[in-house]
Amino acid sequence: MNQLTLRKTDNTTKRALRETVAHVLFALAASVSIVAVCLICFFLLLNGLPAIAQIGLFNFVGTTTWRPSADEYGILAMIVGSLYVTAGAIIIGVPLGLLCAIFLSRFASRRLKKIILPGIELLSGIPSVVFGFFGLVALVPLIRQFFDVQGMGILTASIILGMMILPTIITVSKSALDAVPNNYYEGALALGANHERCVFRIVFPAALSGVMAAIILGVGRAIGETMAVVMIVGNQVRIPNAITDGVRTLTGNIVLEMGYAADLHREALIGTAVVLFVFILIINLLFSLLKRRSKL
Amino acid sequence: MRSTTTFASTATIAARRAKRWAVILRLLVYLGAIITVAVLLCLVGYILVSGVPHISLDLFALPYNSLNVSLMPALINTILMTALSLLIAVPLGLGAAIYLVEYTGRGNKLVGVIRTTAETLTGIPSIVYGLFGMLFFVTALGWRLSLLAGAFTLAIMILPIIMRTTEEALKAVPDSFREGSFGLGAGRLRTVGRVLLPSAMPGILAGVILGIGRIVGESAALIYTAGSVTELPTSVFDSTRTLSVHMYILASEGMHINKTYATAVVLLVIVLAINSLSALVARRLTKGKMDD
Repeated sequence: MNQLTLRKTDNTTKRALRETVAHVLFALAASVSIVAVCLICFFLLLNGLPAIAQIGLFNFVGTTTWRPSADEYGILAMIVGSLYVTAGAIIIGVPLGLLCAIFLSRFASRRLKKIILPGIELLSGIPSVVFGFFGLVALVPLIRQFFDVQGMGILTASIILGMMILPTIITVSKSALDAVPNNYYEGALALGANHERCVFRIVFPAALSGVMAAIILGVGRAIGETMAVVMIVGNQVRIPNAITDGVRTLTGNIVLEMGYAADLHREALIGTAVVLFVFILIINLLFSLLKRRSKL
Repeated sequence: MRSTTTFASTATIAARRAKRWAVILRLLVYLGAIITVAVLLCLVGYILVSGVPHISLDLFALPYNSLNVSLMPALINTILMTALSLLIAVPLGLGAAIYLVEYTGRGNKLVGVIRTTAETLTGIPSIVYGLFGMLFFVTALGWRLSLLAGAFTLAIMILPIIMRTTEEALKAVPDSFREGSFGLGAGRLRTVGRVLLPSAMPGILAGVILGIGRIVGESAALIYTAGSVTELPTSVFDSTRTLSVHMYILASEGMHINKTYATAVVLLVIVLAINSLSALVARRLTKGKMDD
């Protein structure tokens, strides 16, 4: 009897111990993402900030001469390049994506929805190298012929990036449109508005903050995209004069020169990543603010 | 014609205008949808049509050389890289999600911080991951360009995907399951292991497969962490080139254009197959829920 109770308490303490160990392990696993973000920030800043300080913040982000051989590191041209390419992607991707989302949310039949939506979600996984290669072999020759230019440039990259962000924009803004309560639509319909008017004047404005979140997510993807852009944007360091001019983006600058860079050059490239990281953090902040407002 | 307009009331004019707008808007919506679908189909179709004829046996020959431009070592490396990354990311992601859903009450400050950091990780571009991996794993920890450095970098990258999908899958398990298990005297750990994880398995699996798709398609995060050696690795500290990186290098060299087309087809088909598998598993999950 005595032995039995002893074994029982032994078992319960063992069990309690196991529970505690599991609890601690799960908590540790959960804190990995915190550690990761801290490490990423720490290592980028540790390696990037000294270079920015040495070059001078204004010289770094405010001048356009990038000549590592002469120790001149100005990334303004790359910032402008990234912004142009991203803006182009938004101009091409957002109207198409929104119209497609409206179609899927309020116009398409169930059967059509069942075919198109999974297809689009599937395409969101296409690797960026495949997009880049497609741009290189299909779009560049087309633009070369049409505009009588070299072919790699802002326009080419914008079109490919616009295609790349389509799935993101469609899926996020579709779920925002779906989340609008049906009685908004029905109320407008009861007041005599037709289907299209209801959708565009009532449902769409009600989903606007979710749609904005989708656009911002698209901006984040476009500005951070590397491999596809490097293959088709031309990579010349300059402030462009025409929409078909080649430019270099922040991401491209990193991936092109990191392989052989050393010393201050290498650190200046990490500084480039710091600038990119700041852009991304701002975009993330905007996104989470909008997401909270739209309760996606 | 003129007389009808003068007699027509303003109401009919407004109605007519509304109708015209309706037609225009409807056309725009249909056009937008058609263009979107057409553009994406065009991409897939173009790659398939120009690549499939160039798929040949020597593309899959085992020792890579500049004559056969075989993708086989890269393919095997991709599988190794995927397995290693999952080995790191899946336990961490599962543990984190279990902690967030099952072990923390409402209003826990840590949960908010973890969610925010996971969201931040989702938004970081892969080139920044690559650079971080280069600075931390390759240089600071001294692993050099290696399979291991690449796998750790990718593991951090897919961690938020696995966390989010597992969280959602766990949340979808009805509370009555937990109550039943606790009522039978099972502890928290046993409830998680025997009741919750098995019922959440399809959702978790869909997330893991999605993560695999991300790994297979990734190139920017790997170039400066795993490198681009075309040999098969003998240990985890060897540099390797995955299929996506191989594809990028082929395309930027521009020497073997036909082989590049064929490699693009293989990569595209693998990634699309993985993603449709994930969608299929996820759909089975929702179907099961409807049956309940």
